[in-house]
Amino acid sequence: MSSFLQLDAPALLAATLAGGTCGLLGSFLVLRRESLLGDALSHAVLPGIVAGFALTGLRASLPMLLGALAAALLATVAIGLVRRLARLEAGAATGLVFTGFFALGLVGLEVTGARMADLDLDCVLFGQIETLVWLEATGWASLLDPAALAGLPRQLGLLAGVAAVAVLAVAAFWHPLRLVCFDRDYASALGLRVSWWEMGLNLLIAAAAVAAFEAVGTVLVVALLACPAVAMRLLTDTYRVQVWGAAGLGAVLGALGVLLAGPLPAALGLAFSVNAAGVIGSLAGLAVFLSLRFAPRRG
Amino acid sequence: MIPPLSLRGVSVRYGDRPALSDVSWDAVPGLTAILGPNGAGKSTLLRAALGLVPATGEVRFFGRPLADVRNRVAFLPQRASVDWDFPATALDVVGMARLPRLRRWWGGLPGPDRDAALSALDSVGMADFAGRQIGRLSGGQQQRVFLARALAQGADLFLMDEPLAAVDAVTERAILAVLHRLVDEGKTVLMVHHDLSLVSEHFTDVLLLAGRVVAAGPVREAFTEDSVARAFGGLPRMMVA
Repeated sequence: MSSFLQLDAPALLAATLAGGTCGLLGSFLVLRRESLLGDALSHAVLPGIVAGFALTGLRASLPMLLGALAAALLATVAIGLVRRLARLEAGAATGLVFTGFFALGLVGLEVTGARMADLDLDCVLFGQIETLVWLEATGWASLLDPAALAGLPRQLGLLAGVAAVAVLAVAAFWHPLRLVCFDRDYASALGLRVSWWEMGLNLLIAAAAVAAFEAVGTVLVVALLACPAVAMRLLTDTYRVQVWGAAGLGAVLGALGVLLAGPLPAALGLAFSVNAAGVIGSLAGLAVFLSLRFAPRRG
Repeated sequence: MIPPLSLRGVSVRYGDRPALSDVSWDAVPGLTAILGPNGAGKSTLLRAALGLVPATGEVRFFGRPLADVRNRVAFLPQRASVDWDFPATALDVVGMARLPRLRRWWGGLPGPDRDAALSALDSVGMADFAGRQIGRLSGGQQQRVFLARALAQGADLFLMDEPLAAVDAVTERAILAVLHRLVDEGKTVLMVHHDLSLVSEHFTDVLLLAGRVVAAGPVREAFTEDSVARAFGGLPRMMVA
């Protein structure tokens, strides 16, 4: 049992938290018809992560998170600026800015690469969920042992923190968030600062992207932001079910992906394991396909 | 009397194209039609007054800046400006009007606010559809939900962007009945409108626009063949300028 806690539980928890958080926030992108922005934010954070890493020389959570948030802020402002100055439609401006930011991040990664033994391109693109282990665990009692808990992978702390903030923010700002997503003109006329609310949502999404990217990689963060929310969009007409359902679906997809990739075949005595991030992404796509096929009214 | 809405030298530009030039106008209680050809700046006027597009000049609501009197001002956007596929019920949408009055932003709508939303739906003949997803309503019903949302705010001034555009006869009658009731209660309704045939019968005042004010005042005085011709015929010149 301790091998489950040591090897499988951290990855399982990380994928569940990453899927749940991305699923939750993804609904707001889909409802604002700005799914591409999820793509943009999850890529645009890369230069910030690299900068945070390069400046501190540490692969610690806080500098990377702060760098990523700064990059997301810059990218959001840049998208608005490009739209206004070049008079481009939102999609074109978004695509332009996020590929530019991502490219900048890749170059930064190469340039500063000598100092980064363990932040490489593979990790950025595909994540390293399999490397999350809890070697201090000796049994279930370790769950109550502070010394053992201190040995939990630090990525889990960041993921849990961002997940908690996201859930609290969505619950506490339930009414204004819904209004801003549905009708931004009316929201402004009522006195809400719509651009601040949208920036807040964007920063939350960027934080989720950073927290999740080490687990599943930046490419699959996009899948987790889009797929659960789109699947729920096809399955329900109720806002509450949409928002919490997408979070639940994301969490289930994350957990299922990790289990199918390694522990489950192993438990069945099969001698194969595959990349967990790939399985999660495939399951997310499958979820959308199934909801398209079986959606009650749109199928 | 302090006008419910007062504009002084209000101008709006979209890029290098002037959309509204130097509009000075005072609204009066009653039902005012804001008329003009496409591109005359009718919607822009409402949006500029509400601060939704950058404008120069001075805007006063009841003699004060909008921020001081938001609860007295209700906006009804164009129906096409939102995604009606959004997972929300008619009651959800009307309940949004109560947001500035909510003491907490989480959980369900408090009882009194829910009652206000339901009674607004009832007054536009939509009480039976409170629980229906808005995408499953007809265009006219959606328009009435938007009107109910404006009513649920309990405002004194209503800025409405084409509430009668492409609606069925039942909806048109229902909306006009509500508007007449508001006017009887002493409220002010400013409505962007495009159907000249309804003006004399239903409206008390007009504001004729063609990028600037062409004519304004009581229907009998300002809604003349001459002013209409100047507003609708004046557009090509405006576009060249």
